[in-house]
Amino acid sequence: MRESKLWVYHLIAGAVILVLLGIHMFIMHLDAILYSLGVGSQNPIDSGVVFARSKELFFMITYIILLGTALYHGLYGFKNILMELTLAQKSEKFISGFLTLCGVLLFAYGTFAAVFVFMK
Amino acid sequence: MKVERLHRKNNLGLAGWIRGGRYGLERYAYTLHRITGLGILLYFLLHIFATSSRIWGPEFWEKTMDLFEKPVFKFGEYLVFVAFAYHALNGIRLFITELGFGMGKPQRPVIPYKNAVRRQRPLLIVAMIIAFVLIVFGGLDFYLLGN
Ligand code: HEM
Repeated sequence: MRESKLWVYHLIAGAVILVLLGIHMFIMHLDAILYSLGVGSQNPIDSGVVFARSKELFFMITYIILLGTALYHGLYGFKNILMELTLAQKSEKFISGFLTLCGVLLFAYGTFAAVFVFMK
Repeated sequence: MKVERLHRKNNLGLAGWIRGGRYGLERYAYTLHRITGLGILLYFLLHIFATSSRIWGPEFWEKTMDLFEKPVFKFGEYLVFVAFAYHALNGIRLFITELGFGMGKPQRPVIPYKNAVRRQRPLLIVAMIIAFVLIVFGGLDFYLLGN
């Protein structure tokens, strides 16, 4: 695929992450501030709360979207950095293939976990 | 068919990358963007494994989370939050400028003139102010209000 196209996907993924990770950070790390305003739960990483969230369709789906977009954005960004080392073409091919494989495997594992706990 | 290389060899290595040289603030913003991006990526990869441990049930999950109770980890998590705030806000600035907005129309460099980098600089400053506010609120939540 054309490199410019992959880069546009990198930007689009960044925009999706901005929204989803923004929500994630507010729920998980600005929780005390939110809670004092009457939103969210008092302890978002309490085991009961975590498992209750895992069983909600909204969180299951957004977790998977965030997983995929963040893996793509992060690994593609990492690949770009490595490409600046101007290695031999063979090494560049190997790096791209290896990072793609890592991304696919991690996406499969994380998706499995999200769906498994949702259904259990 | 052999594809011809379009890029030149990087002769300066790491030092050439870190030093801003004659470039301005934005060059360091880029350095930080790269460092925070890689930092978040590293955290994220571990985060996938840590949070997926919930497939073994609540007891296993609680034991995994207990591993991360120490103050070092809490500080580490706060660093990730700081990196996120910076990367997100600077990332928004990059969207705007890389898509060609906020830098004005091309014009002849007749003195006195303002180049594109200096024209977009207010964006950088506003982004950094918002990132700073987020970092302060995050710190309050992590260390004063949180549990
Ligand atoms: C908060 C939402 C995020 C936004 C708005 C965002 C935006 C961006 C933008 C605009 C770029 C530069 C693209 C370019 O100039 O070619 C970038 C690079 C990068 N991002 Fe993100 N990003 C976000 C989250 C993340 C996350 C969660 C990760 C890690 C998993 C990450 C890892 C990276 C990496 C490794 C780079 C490459 C840095 C470089 O080439 O110097 N970003 N991001």
